[in-house]
Amino acid sequence: MTQFWDALTLQAGYNAALVALGAAMLGLAAGAAGSFVTLRKRALVSDATAHSSLPGIVLAFMLMVAMGGEGRALFGLLTGAALSGLTGLLVISWITRRTRLAEDAAMGAVLGTFFGLGIVLLTVVQNMRAGRQAGLEEFLLGATAGMLREDAILIALGGAMVLGVCWAMRRPMTLVAFDAPYAATLGYNTRAIDLLIMGLAMAVTVIGLKLVGLVLIVALLIIPPVAARFWTESAARMVWIAGGIGGAGAYLGAAISASAPNLPTGPIIVLVLTAGFTLSMLLAPARGTLWAALRHARMRRRLQRGA
Amino acid sequence: MTALPAHSPLAVRGLSVTYGDKPAVEDVDATFPAAALSAIIGPNGAGKSTFLKACLGVVPRLSGEVAIFGQTFEDARARVAYVPQRASVDWDFPATVLDVVQMGQYRRAGLWGRLSGAARVQALACLDRVGMTDFAKRQIGQLSGGQQQRVFLARALAQEADLYLLDEPFAGVDAATERAIVEVLRSLRAAGKSVIAVHHDLATVAEYFDHVFLINVTRRAEGPVATAFTAETLHATYGGRLAPMGTGLRSQEAAE
Amino acid sequence: MMGAEFVQFSLTPILIGIFAAMACALPGNFLILRRQAMIGDAISHVVLPGIVMGFLVSGTVAAGPMGLGAAGAAIIAVVLIEAIRRFGRVEPGAAMGVVFTSMFAAGVLLLEQSGSSGVHLDVEHALMGNLEQLIWLRASGWASVLDPAAWASLPPELPTMALTFALIGALTLAFWRWLKIATFDEGFARSLGIPAGALGFGLVISAALAAVAAFQAVGSILVIAMFICPPAAARLMTNSLSAQIWWSLAFAALSAILGYVLAGYGPLWLGARDAVSAAGMIAVVSGVILGLAVLFGPHRTGARAV
Repeated sequence: MTQFWDALTLQAGYNAALVALGAAMLGLAAGAAGSFVTLRKRALVSDATAHSSLPGIVLAFMLMVAMGGEGRALFGLLTGAALSGLTGLLVISWITRRTRLAEDAAMGAVLGTFFGLGIVLLTVVQNMRAGRQAGLEEFLLGATAGMLREDAILIALGGAMVLGVCWAMRRPMTLVAFDAPYAATLGYNTRAIDLLIMGLAMAVTVIGLKLVGLVLIVALLIIPPVAARFWTESAARMVWIAGGIGGAGAYLGAAISASAPNLPTGPIIVLVLTAGFTLSMLLAPARGTLWAALRHARMRRRLQRGA
Repeated sequence: MTALPAHSPLAVRGLSVTYGDKPAVEDVDATFPAAALSAIIGPNGAGKSTFLKACLGVVPRLSGEVAIFGQTFEDARARVAYVPQRASVDWDFPATVLDVVQMGQYRRAGLWGRLSGAARVQALACLDRVGMTDFAKRQIGQLSGGQQQRVFLARALAQEADLYLLDEPFAGVDAATERAIVEVLRSLRAAGKSVIAVHHDLATVAEYFDHVFLINVTRRAEGPVATAFTAETLHATYGGRLAPMGTGLRSQEAAE
Repeated sequence: MMGAEFVQFSLTPILIGIFAAMACALPGNFLILRRQAMIGDAISHVVLPGIVMGFLVSGTVAAGPMGLGAAGAAIIAVVLIEAIRRFGRVEPGAAMGVVFTSMFAAGVLLLEQSGSSGVHLDVEHALMGNLEQLIWLRASGWASVLDPAAWASLPPELPTMALTFALIGALTLAFWRWLKIATFDEGFARSLGIPAGALGFGLVISAALAAVAAFQAVGSILVIAMFICPPAAARLMTNSLSAQIWWSLAFAALSAILGYVLAGYGPLWLGARDAVSAAGMIAVVSGVILGLAVLFGPHRTGARAV
């Protein structure tokens, strides 16, 4: 318990403090960006693009090794991740535009195929001499053990940029999510704004790879906004509540994970967020189920008395 | 190409739109009058909404030119407000009635600008004009169909445009809403604004509108209600499905 | 390549791969027609906690308890998704995302907690599968195929997978008409008295069964490629549902065979020493087949609603 308290108050060592602060920033950015993604009903698209980033990570590693480097430079790996995630997104839209297949089928196909390619390349790297210690598997489920100061700064800066764009573009993004044809008549480029929303999700995915991993990162984009929705009827407030839930959940999760062995950071953060979601769904006054049931019962009593 | 008239709020030459290989709107010319209430009339599937959306660039057009106050739509965009058909949005979206109305002010507020207190007052005034002030704090999904339609009209009012384009504003609304909307449209006309609405209830055309445009894929008739809304033009638009009945025209649904 | 060594090291993985891919493709056909492809995504993720629970409760890596655990997890997931959708008024995609990421995270946590026990069950295998290791060491050549005594040493995954495929195939045949009607027009199906809700639930359960069985071979995430790619490619080849299903089975089998061969022998042809992941390669081949169908399939576009 004291260990948990230490972690919570950033007293559990330099590395744990770095992880906790990085996680909080990531959660904050993910909650805000994820709000627009879920309002636009593209939650699962971001899952597909997250999984699609794997081949890019491995290819970037191979490229950097081929160019004589060590291959583990985080910035290079993340650039690869972003490029291949974006490719996945483009392939999804190519398939849906060109064929009768619905978007969900295109998403599933891209997710599976790109992830499969990533696994194939991963085994290639494991067979390389330089690849034995590459630790690229860490990007699947995240790992915080070897986190460096530079990594934490990268996450914090990336998160701050995502937050800034969310704030600046909040109105066009809300409008497109609510009523895209109307937004088009106002002169907004809805295609570009849609791309921006997915681009923000992609940015969160990329900066969260090291901490949470590409399989679970989508949870940070989906769960806080869905939880926040129970507390408010206003999109603007939902974005910041989601950011708050995401930031607090990620910070708490990182602290719990630092307090004992065998508590992997990514899954713990997700489970903390799940707990937050469950509480929100039950207890939130605006749309929570308990309050709704209470209101329903009161209404029924009143109607019975009136009859 | 002859120059499109600058005095008209909406003038169209040779407009065609296709869905797949089926023409939805074919080689249509139209010139709507300023400071008037105009109705676009035609049977189901005749391309009424498509015509409107093509003028706004919401659906791509195959050919033709569109001028709004003599300018392209892109240049005249700030002078146009559009009220879409109600069905297309997510009614569970986290937005209050006032939020929706203020969406009409986004363009003027720009990317960074705050929506000022004055903007809020203006939005509330727009709500007042459609009789919805009491509902400002409600989530939009909690309204009836007619109330939702009035909120969308208020959003268009908040844009402070010169041309209002409405897609089936009276479809599925209650009588009180219909009266409220007609009142608003008349006050717009009194203020010198132009209104063009897709309309399907033939029984109310003469009462509500000054000008009609009849379409069934191609243009069938156009002009003031008194001269263009006749048994002959309706026959030309609806075919044999509608019995000519002089001025006491019944709606298409009733005739079937 | 086709000698005794092939029977020992390649025959059983290829057969298991074929059965796994075909077992997934069958329900996949209906999932994509019902616009529920991402249910396949959800299922492939929740199988993990189910398998770990089955393993923790039973203490063995036997197929039975792990399969039960996974089927249970799939049912729990479907019920939770429906509950969140209905009572929380959350749109289906987001509800799915909440449930499957949470359950997957729980599965990884359980796995890490049980990791010290040293039993053969680790995260990497769970994600990537271990098709290559399902070999038939005791086989001495093609003669063993006809030798009942040698059958005893077949990897148990082979009969499990074959049975799963047979079961799902039989269910598809038995409910063919209902499935066809309910997939096309659920309201009409209900008006005929077809229990469309139960049918949809059954479809999800059989998809979960296929995912559990295939999990051993191709790992948790790649199951999604098997659900979607072959049926999606088949959808672009024909307008008839029955023909689509045959195409999807053919594409599934082709992906398994080509994928395994390319993974095992491809690197050697290119001068490298070691094989690459067979499960990954099967997914890639299925994706390439879909890509070709997108480019050249005779029925790429259908009747678009105006």
